[in-house]
Amino acid sequence: MSIDLARFHQAFFDESFERADAMEQALLRLDVQADNGEVIHDIFRAAHSIKGGAATFGFAAVAGFTHHLETLLDSVRSGQRGVDAALVELMLRAADHVRGLLVAARDGGACDEVLGASLQASLQAALNVGPATVAAQAAGPAQATTGWTIRFVPRPDLFRSGNDPLRILRELAELGTLHSELEFADGIPGFGALDAESCYLGWNLRLETLASEIEVRELFAWVEDECELRIEPLAVAAAAVEPVAVVSESATPPAPAHGEDKVVPIGVAAPARPQPQRSAAAALESSIRVSTNKIDGLINLVGELVITQASLSQYAQGLDPLGHERLLSAVQQLEHTTRRLQESVMSTRMLPIDAVFSRFPRMVHDLATKLGKQVRLQTVGEGTELDKSVIERIGDPLTHLLRNAIDHGIESTDDRVAAGKPAQGTVTLRAAHQAGQIVIDIADDGRGLSRARILEKARSNGIAVADNASDADVWNLIFAPGFSTASEVTDVSGRGVGMDVVKRNILSLGGQVELSSTEGQGATVRIRLPLTLAIVDGMSVAVGEDTYIVPLSSVVECLQPTVSQIKRIGVDAMLVAVRSEYLPLLDLHTLFGLPGAGRDAHESILVIVEAEGRKVALQLDELLGQQQVVIKSLEANYRRLPLFSGATILGDGRVALILDIVELVRGAGRAMAA
Amino acid sequence: MSLPQASASANSNAANAGEGVREFLTFTLGSEEYGVDILKVQEIRGYDTVTRIPDTPDFIKGVINLRGTIVPVVDMRLKFKLAQAQYDVFTVMIILTVAQRVVGMVVDGVSDVLQLPAERICPAPELGGQLGSRFITGIGTLDQRMLILVDIEKLMSSQEMALVDAAALH
Amino acid sequence: MSDASHRILAVDDSNSMRQMVAFTLSSAGFDVTEAEDGVVALSMAQTQKFGLVLADVNMPNMDGLSLVRALRGMADYKFTPMLMLTTESTPEKKAEGKAAGATGWIVKPFNPDQLIATIRRVLA
Repeated sequence: MSIDLARFHQAFFDESFERADAMEQALLRLDVQADNGEVIHDIFRAAHSIKGGAATFGFAAVAGFTHHLETLLDSVRSGQRGVDAALVELMLRAADHVRGLLVAARDGGACDEVLGASLQASLQAALNVGPATVAAQAAGPAQATTGWTIRFVPRPDLFRSGNDPLRILRELAELGTLHSELEFADGIPGFGALDAESCYLGWNLRLETLASEIEVRELFAWVEDECELRIEPLAVAAAAVEPVAVVSESATPPAPAHGEDKVVPIGVAAPARPQPQRSAAAALESSIRVSTNKIDGLINLVGELVITQASLSQYAQGLDPLGHERLLSAVQQLEHTTRRLQESVMSTRMLPIDAVFSRFPRMVHDLATKLGKQVRLQTVGEGTELDKSVIERIGDPLTHLLRNAIDHGIESTDDRVAAGKPAQGTVTLRAAHQAGQIVIDIADDGRGLSRARILEKARSNGIAVADNASDADVWNLIFAPGFSTASEVTDVSGRGVGMDVVKRNILSLGGQVELSSTEGQGATVRIRLPLTLAIVDGMSVAVGEDTYIVPLSSVVECLQPTVSQIKRIGVDAMLVAVRSEYLPLLDLHTLFGLPGAGRDAHESILVIVEAEGRKVALQLDELLGQQQVVIKSLEANYRRLPLFSGATILGDGRVALILDIVELVRGAGRAMAA
Repeated sequence: MSLPQASASANSNAANAGEGVREFLTFTLGSEEYGVDILKVQEIRGYDTVTRIPDTPDFIKGVINLRGTIVPVVDMRLKFKLAQAQYDVFTVMIILTVAQRVVGMVVDGVSDVLQLPAERICPAPELGGQLGSRFITGIGTLDQRMLILVDIEKLMSSQEMALVDAAALH
Repeated sequence: MSDASHRILAVDDSNSMRQMVAFTLSSAGFDVTEAEDGVVALSMAQTQKFGLVLADVNMPNMDGLSLVRALRGMADYKFTPMLMLTTESTPEKKAEGKAAGATGWIVKPFNPDQLIATIRRVLA
C-alpha cells in the first residue's frame, strides 16, 4: 500500500511559513550580550520542525539546507558557539533562504542555488568544521558467511522500556532460519522470588541468513544498551570478528564502533541543557482556521437578525404591557442575547494589530543597517484589535510612514550626536482605542519637519500658501501629490509619490491622518481609523420629518435648554451654556437644509456629543429611541457623504442616515474659529 | 414589480438573437422616449419611501433600502429640469446595475422591452438637448417611434450625476 | 478492533506530521488518537488506555522525553511500547531516550510504509 502524502502538503507549508516567521522574530530578539537560552531554543525548534517535516514530505532542498542551519543552531544552543551580530545576520539570511526554498517547493519554482550554496558554506564555516562527513556504512570484510551466531542476554529491566525480546526474535526469524537456545543468565530464582517485571532469560541464537551483520544488528538497535550482544559470523574465519564501524551522518566526527564497546560520545559533550519547561497551563488553547467568507456570511446573518430583532422590539413597545408580559420579557431577552451574539461574532474578525506590526522589526533593522543609521523600533499596544479588512489595508501606509521616519526623520549618528541627542534614534509605533476609533501613531525623535523647507517647496510647486498659515496646514502640504522635500531621492522613499498615496489609502479606509512636529525634536504621524464595527448602538432622533441616528458612544447627555442658556454670537453662530461650559450649538435642521422653519432652540432637544476631546450640542426635534443599528455602506453604491458615517435600515424598512460625530464636531470648530 | 421574466427572455433572446440585435428597455422622460440596455436593468419598482440626504443636488432624491442594500435614487425628470415631477402610485423607478453599483432612476414611465436589430440603429447625430451626445450611443427607430439609446453606464458614472465621489474619479 | 492494544497515541506539535501519522496508521487499521503536545497527551493517557505511544521529541510545553518519563511512572504504562519520532539519531540522543524509558525510535524522515511495518512489529 502506498499512501499519497500530498494531502498534507498544505498544512506543512502553512506551518512552515509560520515557523520561518517565528524564527526571524526570535533572531531579531537575540541580544549579543544577554543570555539567550530560551530564544535560541525557540529558533532551534523552529528550524528542526521545518527540517523534519520537509524530509518526511520529500522536500529535499528545504530539508537539506535547513539541516545546516539547524546544526549551527545546535552548536549555539549547546554553548559551543557564541552569538554575535555577524552570526545573527547570517542566520537571518539563512532563514530568508529557507522561506525562499519553501516557496519554491510549494509553487514548483526554482530558488537561487548560488545563494543557497554560499549560505550553506557560510553556515558550515561558522561551525568551524569542514564539510559534513558523508554517511558511510563502512562495509566490513565481505561476508562469506551463511549466517550469524548471536548471543543476546537482555538486562533484567529490559521490559521497562516497553521492549519485548520475543518481538526481536520474531523479526530475526523473518531474516532466515533461526535456531534458538535459552540461556539462564544468572539462574532463575525460586517461584516465590520471581519478579514478573524482570527478564531472567538470555538466548544463544543461530541464524542462517544472507542478511548482512548490519541488518541483523539493526534489529537490536533499540535495546543494544540494555543487553549483552555478540554477533559473529557462522562460517568463522580464524581471526576474530572485527567490530564494524558505523559512521552516522553528522557534522561531528564519527562515533566509534557499537557492540560491546561502551559508546563514548565523541565531539564536545553537550553540557546539560536545562529544558525550559513552560507552565503546563500555558497553551491548552486551541484554534481552528475558518475561511473569511464563512465569517462574513455569519456577520451578515447576524446583521439581519439584529434588524429583525429591532423591528420586533419596536413593535413590542406599542403593546400594552399588562396583557403581554411574557412576550415583552421574551423580546427583552432576545435583545440582550442578540447583542451578545453580535459582539461575539464581530470579535471573530478582530485581530491584534501585531499581525501588521510584527513585520516591522526586521524592516527597521534592515533599513537602518542599509542607511548606516542606528534606529530602534518601539511598539506599544500591539494587542489593539482591528477588523481583519482594516489590518490588511493598513500595512502599506504604515510601511511607507515607517520608512519615511527612518530615512528622512532620523538623522545620521554623527548629526544626532552633534545635536546632543542619543546616537540611537527611536521610532515608536503606538496603537490604541480611543473614543470609538483606532489611533495609530508613528513618532520619531529625529529632525522633525522644517516649516521653511515645506513652504519653499510648496511655492516652487506652484501651491499658494499664506505665510501665517497654521502649522497644521503647512504640514498638510506634504500630502499634495508629487511633493517631497527630500534632498535626494533615495530608493527607499522620497520619490514624492508616497504621502499622497498614504493619505488616500487612509481616507479610503474611512480614516484621517494628521501630522505634528517640533523642528529638531521629531515628528508624529497620527492615523485615526474607524473601528469597523458593522453594528453600533444608536440613538434615533427626529429632525423635521426625517430620522437620523446618533452613535450612542459619542453621546454625553441630552437636555432641553432654557432660553437663558442659549447665546447668539455674531450672525449665525449659537452657543449653549451647560453648567460652566459654553458649547457650540449646531442646529441640524439648518445644517441639513431641511425645508420649513426650524424650531427655536429652547423648544428643541439638545443632544451633547463629544469627539476628539471637544463637545458640541446638536439641536434636534425629538428623541425617538435607542436601538442597535446595522451600519450599511453608503459608498458601495453611492459615495462617502461628509456629515454621515453610513446608513442603516430601521425596523420599519426605512433608511436612516448615521451622523458622523467627528466631522460634525470639527465643522463646529471651524465655524467657531471663523 | 420586477422583470425576471423579461430579463430571462431577454437573456435567452440575446443569446438566440442574431448578430447585432440588442434589447432595450424603453422609458419616457418628458416628450422623448429613451432606451437602455436591458442587461443593465435589474428591476423596476414603484417609488416608495426614499430617505432624503441633506446637502445634495435636488435630482438626487436620496437613498432607499433595496432588500438590505442602500441604493441612491436619481430623478431624471429633475436632472433634466422637465415639468414638475409627480410622486404618486404610478411613479416608476428603474433599478440599474452600472459600474458595479446599483442605482435607482426615476422616470415618467416605463414602456416595454424592444429588440432592435443593428440596421435599425443609427449613430447619434450632434444633438443639443438634455443629454449631451457623449451619453448617447445611437438612435433607434421602430415603427413610428424614435428611441434615444442611452449609454447609461457612462451617464451614471459621470461627474454631473454626482453619484460617484469626485475624489474616486481621480 | 479497538481494544487498547491497537490504540495508538500520536503526539507531535507539527500538524502536518501528526495528521500524516494518524492518517497512515488508521488506514492500516489502527485506532489513532492525536495530541499536539506532551501535556495534552498525558491527560489523554490518563483517561484512556493506549497500546502504543508515538511521540515527537521536540515539542513545546512538554517535550517527548518528559512525556515518556511521566508515562513510565504510571502503572498502566510501565511496559507500554513508546517510540520517539526524531530526526536526530546520534548516540547521545539515543542514550537520552533510553534513559527516559523510551522503547525505541523512528528516525525522520520515514515513509508511511516503514511506519506501518514498524508499528505492526511492535504491536504484534
